[in-house]
Amino acid sequence: MRITRPKDLLTGALFVAFGLGAMALSLGVHLGTAARMGPGYFPFALGSLLSLLGGVLVVRGLRPAPARGGWPAVNAKPLLIVLSSVLLFSQLLIPLGLLLSTALLVVVSSLASQEFRWRETLINAAALVAVVVAVFVYCLEFPIPLGPSFRLLSP
Amino acid sequence: MELLANLALGFETAVSPMNLLYCLTGALIGTLIGVLPGIGPVQTIAILLPTTFALPPVSALIMLAGIYYGAQYGGSTTSILVNVPGEASSVVTCLDGHQMARQGRGGTALTIAALGSFVAGCFATVVLALLAVPLAELAFRFGPAEYVSLMLFGLVGSVVLASGSLIKAVGMIVLGLLLGMIGTDVTSGAHRFTFGIPELADGLGFVSLAMGLFGICDIISSLETREARDILKARISGFWLSRKEIRDSAPAVLRGTLVGSLLGILPGGGAILSSFTAYMVEKKCSREPETFGKGNIRGVAGPESANNAAAQTSFVPLLTLGIPPNVVLAMMAGAMMIHGIQPGPRVITSNPSLFWGVIASMWVGNLMLVLLNLPLIGVWVRLLSIPYRLLYPAILVFCCIGLYSVNNNTFDIALTAFCGLFGYVLHKLDCEPAPLILGFVLGPMMEENLRRGMLLSRGDPAIFFTRPLSLLFLALTAGLLIAMALPGIRKRRSRAFEQ
Repeated sequence: MRITRPKDLLTGALFVAFGLGAMALSLGVHLGTAARMGPGYFPFALGSLLSLLGGVLVVRGLRPAPARGGWPAVNAKPLLIVLSSVLLFSQLLIPLGLLLSTALLVVVSSLASQEFRWRETLINAAALVAVVVAVFVYCLEFPIPLGPSFRLLSP
Repeated sequence: MELLANLALGFETAVSPMNLLYCLTGALIGTLIGVLPGIGPVQTIAILLPTTFALPPVSALIMLAGIYYGAQYGGSTTSILVNVPGEASSVVTCLDGHQMARQGRGGTALTIAALGSFVAGCFATVVLALLAVPLAELAFRFGPAEYVSLMLFGLVGSVVLASGSLIKAVGMIVLGLLLGMIGTDVTSGAHRFTFGIPELADGLGFVSLAMGLFGICDIISSLETREARDILKARISGFWLSRKEIRDSAPAVLRGTLVGSLLGILPGGGAILSSFTAYMVEKKCSREPETFGKGNIRGVAGPESANNAAAQTSFVPLLTLGIPPNVVLAMMAGAMMIHGIQPGPRVITSNPSLFWGVIASMWVGNLMLVLLNLPLIGVWVRLLSIPYRLLYPAILVFCCIGLYSVNNNTFDIALTAFCGLFGYVLHKLDCEPAPLILGFVLGPMMEENLRRGMLLSRGDPAIFFTRPLSLLFLALTAGLLIAMALPGIRKRRSRAFEQ
């Protein structure tokens, strides 16, 4: 068994996992019959179709045909930094308020670039905070806390 | 004459000072974001969607439509000046447009792109207005069986355009349909795939999914590859067309408009297919096909007119049948639903000022783009020279705050990060996210109609084959699938994507 098309194999595995997962979860709710479909009927059918398609892809990824395409190359740095900057923002927006969390989002996400420079990033952060306040707070009047809320301090 | 009365109602809505302002704002910020290399209409709409939520539905839709054309127009500007297409439909514009710019005819290329788009936009607006009423009336006769078959046809049609493997694309549709099932089942009230997370009871947020798959994922993947950008430093001047250039490009604009208007209506059609087709038509019609790719003005005029015409006529299936024919319109459908409007035949009768207002605003928006963008071209060029390392944090900031404003909760922001991760995995596996979004938007509607149809027929699937219209759609779907699986066409398809 040689893996000739890694991307097909991985996609197939992903489809099978999602398909089987959907089928298993659909069994947890009422399936019903074709005439009176329950909430599980359609997802169960979709899940089986998806696992079938995934199965075909897995087989295709293993078949002895000429190899096509390598393993996907992953550059973890931008992935992890960008995602964690967004997650961080989602967790800090309410306790820290708009100003601080926006500045943090800009600084942390900027670290993902290969040409990161501190001075430039700080200026960018200050400028963006100003734009955000002007646009979202004054023009669109979004109800977002600006500064840290003091719920943190009092229990 | 009813048409005139309808259009008058539309213009009345569209040119009210407030709506005019939103149309202008939409077109401007759409261009602003769309000009950025690598960001096309889908990403632009995903990023800017939340900014429209505070508005009343009509204004929001007008603004979104403005964002859509603005993004498209901005995309062609980038193609011509930087040779980095903002999206697939501008790939063709790069071929001749960038060559023109290198020869010092960049101003001419931008002008013909704008004028061609405007002519096409005017024509397509009329097509949309003419087709809307009869099609919506037809749609009223559709039963659940017809809807299910039509949606199937639309979904499979969208796959024609996904480059790469057919099985993967079909899998992405199914995955999208499944993601659409997340949340509370309307009929029984049962929670499905919510994993006990209360925020998921209302379903997976459309904005989170779209922004994760298109906005965040694109930022990550462009950070991975550092591309050398080839910005034209030369001053752009000479926007006026010579008489010869007008004579050369006028027939191309007309042909492009026709091609685009026709292909825009078909499922899976839209801007990409039509600009490719228009380019091929121009090459076939030309007496000197060897000049294409070397700065032939027709190579810009045809495709640019076509993609704008298609951008507009692709609203036809959405507004009359409730079926988005491509991923950009799926975004519009998602946006409409967020504003509490179910796209479909009922929009015309229940909300005529909204329907005709949006149509009229398309024309107004096109006019604004022509009037505004040529003078503003210097601003867009300067925007292009801002380094990406300063731009992407700004995009992230707008995404995140916009996401918070959707439901005033931070869960949506975290969810978007996960969707971004998911999109990244799909991107690495060469799976296109476009069919997934279409499936996601159509999923709940498809299930509802399938259930209703099967209930009516007491569980007998023959209902889908015995009703003539439904059978027609199914036959078309089967035809498409067989055609795509045939080796000859498969080869031609992959060749078309390589070009």
